Formats: sequence, structure tokens, C-alpha cells
Amino acid sequence: MKTGKKQALLAVALIGLISGSGIAGERSIIVQSTTSTANSGLYDHLLPQFKQDTGITVHVVAVGTGQAIKNAKNCDGDVLLVHARSAEEKFVAEGYGLSRHDVMYNDYIFVGSPADPAGIAGGGSATIALKKIAASRSRFASRGDNSGTHKKEMALWKQTGIDPTAHSGAWYLETGSGMGATLNAAVGSNAYGITDRATWISFANKSDFDILVEGDAALFNQYGIIMVNPARCRQVERESAQAFIDWILSSKGQAGIAAYQLTGQQLFFPNAKP
Amino acid sequence: MQDFGAAFGLAFSLVFNADADLVEIILLSLRVSIGAVALAALIGFPLGALTAVVAFPGRQAIAVLLNALMGLPPVVVGLLVYMALSRAGPFGWMNLLYSPAAMIIAQTILVTPIIAALTRQVVEDMHREYDEQFRSLCIPPRRVIGALIWDSRYSLLTVTLAGFGRAIAEVGAVIIVGGNIDHLTRVMTTAIALETSKGDLALALALGFILLVLALSVNAAVYGLRLSARRLSYA
Repeated sequence: MKTGKKQALLAVALIGLISGSGIAGERSIIVQSTTSTANSGLYDHLLPQFKQDTGITVHVVAVGTGQAIKNAKNCDGDVLLVHARSAEEKFVAEGYGLSRHDVMYNDYIFVGSPADPAGIAGGGSATIALKKIAASRSRFASRGDNSGTHKKEMALWKQTGIDPTAHSGAWYLETGSGMGATLNAAVGSNAYGITDRATWISFANKSDFDILVEGDAALFNQYGIIMVNPARCRQVERESAQAFIDWILSSKGQAGIAAYQLTGQQLFFPNAKP
Repeated sequence: MQDFGAAFGLAFSLVFNADADLVEIILLSLRVSIGAVALAALIGFPLGALTAVVAFPGRQAIAVLLNALMGLPPVVVGLLVYMALSRAGPFGWMNLLYSPAAMIIAQTILVTPIIAALTRQVVEDMHREYDEQFRSLCIPPRRVIGALIWDSRYSLLTVTLAGFGRAIAEVGAVIIVGGNIDHLTRVMTTAIALETSKGDLALALALGFILLVLALSVNAAVYGLRLSARRLSYA
């Protein structure tokens, strides 16, 4: 029975290898969120404070807003923190989430190379910039992934009356990837791009790219937080999720958001309603 | 490209300072990929040997299928495992999504066909040599399979390494089912993808170098093991 014993030992070792994860009994939640909030380091700044206050560990899954909402609809998360207001409101209206709260905002910006073939630099209007880019057939890198940034971009295109997807593959490049990958593509192929300011400030591969258009009210970027509906998803850690939402919206959480800076610049501006 | 030089420097400083986050990520990478390869070997060795030795209906079809599945796209496996393990999926009750266990499951599915298909080939070649002998001694298939697997153990070690190479290098499956969660499911490949998306190409490349060295060390260790085992068995 020597081999039998060996096999049993191997099986035990394998089970240990597979199941030995984390600290048992620790309270934790999963937050489905966007790449802009995670990649900019905001969560690394906020979550240790939250953990200290409540003892709850927050696991952040950072994907595009479209995928985050899809994952939350599948009950694969306790809290949703994204930036696409109409999609968020639809999520709540369809019963997937409880109430939606404003958390913070920043803004979208146009970035591009200093050569600026479309001549959009210094402009204050998003739609005029897009029209110029389309008219000059200058390369433009789009997320093309149904993310919050992509939804905003498409809404802006709609206002111009131009359908850029008709030129997909010509001057309009749909990367179908995250914000960082799309910016890498824009920098690599000398294309224009739209990004949120937090991602841009924390982005390390800017090359000689700069902000070309900013300050248009249409470029406002609002983040919202929603608890996944525990009535639909029974595994939602209701108490912990509520504690996280309450903390983010509290004066302490809001002050934490305001205090987060990179290279001397504030990335997110808290605007939760008290 | 000064990025290459910067990446080398960064890789060295990360390793020499034994960066705590890096150590955690490396250990998880090894745990997930070695776990997956061990499970895949447990399934793949017997499965491959069975298709090589025993004549049963559909045997050729299985051989072709195993060969074809070696090319399984990781992102498709990731998607399938995500759909299965999602709380809305059939195995949602197990609460495995976004855990190392989910990553092991996904990689096991990726690696098993590789190990099974290559095992089938190795054992089949070996079997051709011994077939008559086994038959003349009337040895039952179960023992034939055991003997052939044991006899091809050195070749199967290389087979296992091929599987390990696939597992440790893939990002498509683990990023979907693991979620790349910091301190929970972040491994080398997902960390590289993350740093690339942050535009920190030097750090991404540095992690790439370290991953390469890691794969090299595992291969060297196995090679050494094989050498010394050979020496012992012929001593």
C-alpha cells in the first residue's frame, strides 16, 4: 500500500495548494470598478484608511464600466463604482442595484501630439475638436469597448452628427482595450485620444503628448456608487457593502478623495450630497 | 530606447530589495501554475496513456481532439470558466470566482490537453516497442499503462514543463477569472498587463525579465533533478 499512501499524500498536498487562500473569516467585499480609479492609485490611498476604520478588506476588480456593470449584473461583486451615469441609472431602474449616489468627479480631456494635424489645441469645445479631427481625417484612438469613456466619446460624436465608426480602421482606430492600452496605441501611432484626467496624470508613457482640449462642460466626468441588489444576489455582503458606501460618502471618505494627489495635482473632486 | 536599460536596472533593484509585493506575486504565480500543472498531469498522464494503449471506439477522434485543444485560446477558457463560476452561473454557489482556485481551474483546463496529447504520443511510441512483450506475458492494460508511464518518466517531465510554460506565461484566462485583484489574485502576467496599461513600460518589462528568469529557474531545477535521478538509477 505504499503507492496508495503516496497518492493520498499528493491529494492532500494538492487540496492544500488549491484551497489555501487568504485569512479565513475575514470580512471582505468585491468592488467592480473602473480602470481610471484603480490605475491612478486612488484605491491604494483610500482602502487602507477604510480597512483601519472598519476592518473590512475591499477587493477591487478594475475593468471598463461596461464590463463592470455586466459583472455586477451577474452578481459578481457587492458594490459598483463606475462613471457612466445613464448606464448606472438603468442598472438601478432594472432592479440590479439599490440607489445610486454621486461620489466624485473630474473631467475628460483630449490628448495628442504637439504636431496637432487637426489644429485642435487650445480649443474649449469637444464637438468642434471632433469635427476638426474628422474633417482632417487625423488618426483618433477610441476605446471601442463600451466603457464609461467610450460612452462619453460616442455621445460627443452623436452631437457632431458624424458617425466615426464608418471610418473604423482608416483614421478612426477602435482598440477595444482599456484606457491605458488605448493611450499606448495613441502615443504609438500619433493619434488623438480622449481620456479622463486622472488616468492621464498617472499615465507614465506620455511621450511628447499633451492636453489639447479641456474645460468644456460637456467633458464633465461623474463617478457614482451603487450597491448590488441583495434581493437579486443573495451572496452580496450587505452590511460590509453598506459600510463601504457610507464611508465613501462620509466626510472622512470625501476628504480622503480630495486629499489624493499625484505630481501636485488633485485627481478626483468629491461631490457626494450630504 | 532607454526603456530597456531602465527595465534591466529596475528588475535588478526589485529582486535585490526583495520587494514584498513582488515576492507575493511571484509566489502566487508559482502556486497557481504549479498547482494547475500538477492537476493537469494527474488527469493528462492516464488519459494520454489510455488513448495510446487501449483500443476503444472513438480513440482516434479523442487523439485529434486532444491535439486540437492544445491550441485552446486562454481568453476563451477564461470566459468559459468565468461563466461557470460567476455567481449567476451553474457553479456560482461555490464562491470561487476571483480566487486563486478559479485561476488554477482555468489553467488546468488549458494545460491538460497539452499534457494528455504529448503523453499520448510519448507513450504510443514506447508502446510500439514493448507491445509484443506485454501481449506474450498477458499483462492487463492497467499495468501496461502504469509501466509505460513509469518508463517514459523522463520524457513526461519535459511534457510537464511544456505545460508549465503555457501556464506561467498566459494572461488571458487568469485576468478574467482572477480579476487581477491586488494581494489576492495578482500574478506576474496580470501585473505586467497592469503596468503596461499604466504606461509604466519599464516596470512592465522589468517584471517580464523576472518572469523569464523564473521560468528559466524552474526548467533548470527540473533538468538538474532529471540528471541526478538518471545518475542514481544507473549508479
